Amino acid sequence: MALKLDSKIPAGELAQKWSNHKAAIKVVSPANKRKLDIIIVGTGLGGASAAASLGELGYNVKVFCIQDSPRRAHSIAAQGGINAAKNYQNDNDSVYRLFYDTIKGGDYRAREANVYRLAEVSNLIIDQCVAQGVPFAREYGGLLANRSFGGAQVSRTFYARGQTGQQLLLGAYAALNKEIAAGSVKSYPRHEMLDIVIEDGEARGIIARNLVTGEIERHGAHAVVIATGGYGNVFFLSTNAMASNGSAAFQCYRKGAGFANPCFTQIHPTCIPVHGDQQSKLTLMSESLRNDGRIWVPKNIEDVKAIRSGAKKPSDIAEEDRDYYLERRYPAFGNLVPRDVASRAAKERCDAGYGVNETGLAVFLDFKTAIERLGKDVIKQRYGNLFDMYEEITDVNPYEQPMQIFPAVHYTMGGIWVDYNLMTTIPGLYAIGEANFSDHGANRLGASALMQGLADGYFVLPYTIGDYLSHKIQAPKVDTKTAAFDEAEKSVKERIAKLFAINGKQSVDDIHKKLGHIMWENVGMARTKESLEKAIAEIQALRKEFWKDVKVVGTADSFNVELEKALRLADFLELGELMARDALNREESCGGHFRSEHQTEEGEAKRDDENFVYAAVWEYKGMDEAPELNKEPLNLEFVHPAQRNYKD
Amino acid sequence: MKFTLKIWRQKDAKAKGGFQTYTVDNISPDTSFLEMLDILNNDLVHKGEEPVAFDHDCREGICGMCSLHIDGRAHGPGTAATTCQIYMRKFEDGATITIEPWRSAAFPVIKDLVVNRSAYDQILQAGGFVSVRTNSVPDGNAIPIPKADADESMDAAACVGCGACAATCKNGSAMLFVAARVSSLAKLPQGRVEGARRAKAMVAKMDELGFGNCTNTGACQAECPKAISIAHIARLNREFLAAKFED
Amino acid sequence: MGCFLTNSSLGRKLVMSVSGCFLVLFLLFHMSMNLAALVSADAYNMICGFLGANWYALAGTAVLAAGVLVHFVYAIILTVQNRRARGSVRYAMTVQEKGVDWASKNMLAIGFVVLGGLALHLFNFWSKMQLVEIMGGHTNSLGMSPVDGAALIEYTFSQWYYVALYLVWLAALWFHLTHGVWSMFQTAGWANDTWYPRLKCIANIIATLLFVGFAAVVVVFFIKSLC
Repeated sequence: MALKLDSKIPAGELAQKWSNHKAAIKVVSPANKRKLDIIIVGTGLGGASAAASLGELGYNVKVFCIQDSPRRAHSIAAQGGINAAKNYQNDNDSVYRLFYDTIKGGDYRAREANVYRLAEVSNLIIDQCVAQGVPFAREYGGLLANRSFGGAQVSRTFYARGQTGQQLLLGAYAALNKEIAAGSVKSYPRHEMLDIVIEDGEARGIIARNLVTGEIERHGAHAVVIATGGYGNVFFLSTNAMASNGSAAFQCYRKGAGFANPCFTQIHPTCIPVHGDQQSKLTLMSESLRNDGRIWVPKNIEDVKAIRSGAKKPSDIAEEDRDYYLERRYPAFGNLVPRDVASRAAKERCDAGYGVNETGLAVFLDFKTAIERLGKDVIKQRYGNLFDMYEEITDVNPYEQPMQIFPAVHYTMGGIWVDYNLMTTIPGLYAIGEANFSDHGANRLGASALMQGLADGYFVLPYTIGDYLSHKIQAPKVDTKTAAFDEAEKSVKERIAKLFAINGKQSVDDIHKKLGHIMWENVGMARTKESLEKAIAEIQALRKEFWKDVKVVGTADSFNVELEKALRLADFLELGELMARDALNREESCGGHFRSEHQTEEGEAKRDDENFVYAAVWEYKGMDEAPELNKEPLNLEFVHPAQRNYKD
Repeated sequence: MKFTLKIWRQKDAKAKGGFQTYTVDNISPDTSFLEMLDILNNDLVHKGEEPVAFDHDCREGICGMCSLHIDGRAHGPGTAATTCQIYMRKFEDGATITIEPWRSAAFPVIKDLVVNRSAYDQILQAGGFVSVRTNSVPDGNAIPIPKADADESMDAAACVGCGACAATCKNGSAMLFVAARVSSLAKLPQGRVEGARRAKAMVAKMDELGFGNCTNTGACQAECPKAISIAHIARLNREFLAAKFED
Repeated sequence: MGCFLTNSSLGRKLVMSVSGCFLVLFLLFHMSMNLAALVSADAYNMICGFLGANWYALAGTAVLAAGVLVHFVYAIILTVQNRRARGSVRYAMTVQEKGVDWASKNMLAIGFVVLGGLALHLFNFWSKMQLVEIMGGHTNSLGMSPVDGAALIEYTFSQWYYVALYLVWLAALWFHLTHGVWSMFQTAGWANDTWYPRLKCIANIIATLLFVGFAAVVVVFFIKSLC
C-alpha cells in the first residue's frame, strides 16, 4: 500500500498561502479545547514552545522528555543565533530574501510553501522571545544587534553571546513552566516514548518508559506531537547530545508514518577534530567563528609535514604559503559559504593530503588577521568563551596558534514526512522541528534550526492542530485499556526482554561505534554507489550481530542506561540502513548529500533537477524488508533552481 | 595515564550507598573526565557488572545535566567549567580520584551519581517566567534596553541549572540559582513588570522545598560553572525585601 | 509583613544583618568609650557614672541584650535549618573553595568564642559595675566602687590570663566581623560587583579598628601593671 502524500499546500500566491490557510482551517472553541488531550514528546525549542502555546490555548497537554528537566533538551547547545527577516540592519533583507536564501541554501529540495511560511513568522519569533525576557545582544542605542552567518549576504542573525539556543530554550521552557504552574501542562521528565499507539488509523497515544523506575506506562491523547529532534547519533560521533536519538521518530515510521529524505545529513565544518578512539562526543565550535576566522591549509606539502611532525608551528607559515582555499574558490562568500560547501572543501583538501594534524583530518581556522585588524580585546569580547573552551579541550591557545577544525555530523534535515499542517501520514500524529523534514531541503543554513523549531511550536502547530482536533470534539477521553494499547505495551516489553535475553559479548557502545564507522566511511561527506551498497550490507550484518551478541546488563525495572542505549541503537541500526538506501536512490548531489559520481568538473555538487526534485518518502515494510519509496514532487513554482553559486 | 577511582555506588533512592574502588588504565590526557567514565563503564559491562550511572548529555558545558563532585569540588578541578569540560590532563598520573553525587537534602540520589534536581524546576515554575502569551507581544525593538542591562541580564541568564551552587553550599542553599533567574529578568523592562511577585514566589518555593539559608560564603560563585556572581544574590535580596516592605 | 522575618530565609537573614549591624555600632561606641581610659581615669569613670543604673542606660542595656539574644537565637535556628538542608549524607571529601574566606564558613563557631568572651566580660565588668548598682550595692565583690571602672580595668588586665583570654576573644571578633560587616550589606541587598572589594575593605577596617581599639586598652594596662 503506497502512502497517501497529500501535502495540503494551499493554493494562491506564495505570500498569501499561510494567511489564506489560516483563514480556511477550523478552530476549536475554548470549551471544547478543555476536553482535548495532546501529548508532546520532546522539550526542545519545538516541543517546549508547542506545549506552552497549546497549554495556553486551553488544551490538556502532557509533555515528555528523557532528561531530568525539559530545559536540558539539545536545542540548548545551539550557539550562533536565530535568523529573522527584520531588516533592522537596513541591508535590504526581507521575508522573500530569507525565503530565497533558505531554499537556495537547501539546494532546492525543500517545500516552497513551508519555507515561505517559516520566513514569514521568523519576525514574530524575535518579538515573542524579547517579550519573554530573552537577553539578546544589543547595540549601545538599546536596539537589537545582528551578526552575519553562512549562506547569507545580509546580517539577519539575532544572538545572545554564544548561547543563543540556551537563551531561546530557557524562554520556551519558562513559557512551559508558566503553563505547568497553571495546570494546563503536565510534565513527565525522565520518560522515554517507546511506541506510538495507532487505533483506527489514527494516533491515540504512546507507550513510555519511566526511566527511573523502569515502569512501562500508557498515555492516551487525541493527538500526538513528535518533537524529538534529529538522528545524527547514528554516526556515534556527532555534535548531538549523548542521549539524542531517532527512536521516537523511528517508532512512527515503523507504525506507518512516511520518513522523508533520511540521507540529508548536515556535516558541520567547524568542529574540534577527533583525537582518538576513546572519544565519545564531538564538540562544535560556533559557525559565527567564520565571521572573523579564516580557513586555510599550507600550500606546500612540505609545510604540512613539518607541522605534523612539530618541526614548524602554524604561525611559522608565511602568508604567501597559506592556501585560504574557501576564499580562493568562493570569492563572493569566502569563509561564509554554507556548511555543506565548507565541509566538502575541507574534505577535498584533506583527501589531497593537506590535513594538518597527525590523523590528516584537520584544517586551520585562523584569527591572526582579525586580531591584527580588530585587536585581541575585540576578538576576546566576541569569541572569548569559545576560545577558552577550545583551549580547555585541546590545550592550544587560539589567540596564538590557529584552531584546528574538521567537519562532523551535526544535523539531520531529513525526518518524518509532514504535510503543510505538520501532520504525518498518520492522522493525529504531528512532527515538528528537526524531527520533521519540511523546511531545510538538502542543507540547513546556520541559525535556521532555532527559527524552525520555534516557528513550528509557537506559530504553526497551535493553529494547524486545531483543524484536526475540531473533528474530535465529540470524542471521549482516549481509553488506554484497548487492544491497541495492550498490543503496543506487549511488544515493547517483549523487545526489552529480548534484549536482556541475548546476553552476548559486546557492549552497546562497541556495536554503536562499529555502526558509526560504517556510516562515516560510507554514508558520510562523500557517497558512491559502491560505498552505499557496502554500507547496506554491513549494517544488515551488524544488525544481526547486535541481536545475537549484544550484552545488556542490569534489570528492566530500574534506572538502566545500558537498556536505554540498547533500545536506541536497535533503531539506529535500521535507520542507518534507511539513510544508505535513500542516498543510493538519490542519484544526484545536492546540499549535504554528495554523490561522488555526480559532481561538476570543479568538484561542486551537481543536482539532477530533471529527476530528483522530490522528497523521497519511505514506507516501512519490516525490519529485514526493503522499504517502499514514495515520492512527493516538490513543484517549485516560484524559485527556479540554478546551480548554487557562492563564487560571485 | 592510570587512575584509581573511588566512586559512590547506590542501587536506588532507598538503598544505602557506599564507595567502591576501580582502576582505569591507558587513559590519554586528552580524554575528557566523562569519556574516562565511559571507558570504565564499557569495561564493567564486559565484566557483566552494572556500569556507574551518572547524568550527562550535551558534553559541551551547556545542558547542565552533568553533576559530579570530584575530589571535594563540585564539577571537579576546573574554574568556570562543568564536569564534562574537565580533561584528564588536569589530574596527576596515578592519582586517586573521589567521585560523589551532589549532596543536598533537596537533591535525593536516584542511583549511583544521579540525583533528582526537580526542585529547581519547581522553583522556576513558581515564577521564573514572564507572563506573556504567544503572539500578544510588541515589536522586538519597541522597548530599547541599555546594552549594559542586557549584558548583565545575560550574565545571570547563563545559568545552566546544574545544581552545583546548592551542592557546594555548606548550607544547601539554592540562592545563586534563584537569584540568577530573578536578577536576569529584573534587569529587563519585560521582566520588571512582575518582578516583585516573582521574587516573593520563587523565594517562598525555595524555602518550602527545604533549601538552606544563604550565609554569603560565596562558595556558590566559586564553583558555578558559569561564574555567576553573588551580586545577583544581592539583587534578589533587594527585590525581595523591597517587595515585602511594600506589602 | 511581620511574619516574613521569621518564615522566610531572606527575612531571617535580614534579622541577622540588622541585629549584627546594631551590635557593630554598639561595639564602636564601647570602644570609643574605652579609649578614654587610656587618656584619663577620671574621664573614663565619668562616662561609667553616666552609664550607671540610670533609666536610659538600663533601657540601652536591655535593648543590647535583646540584640545579642536575637542574633544568637537566629544563628542557631539558621544553622539547624542549614544542616538539615545539607542532608544526612555528607561529602567524603571537601576542599575550601577558591576565594572563600575561612571565617565565612565558620561564623557560628567563631560566634561561640565571641559569646564566651562576652560571658567573661560580663563577669569581669558588668557584674561588678552596673549589676551592683541595679542591686543597690555600693561596693562590688572586689571591694571597689561600682563606678570606678578605671580601677577595675587596671585590676583585671594586671592578670596575664585575662589578658590572653581577652586577646583571643578580640581575635575571634575580628574574624567574625571581617565576614559579618560586608555580609550585612549583601543581605540587605546593598552590594554589587563594584562594591564587593570596597565593602570587604570597609569590613576589614572596622574589624581591625575594633580589635586595635579594644586590644590597646588591654595591652596598655597589662604593660602598666608590669612596670
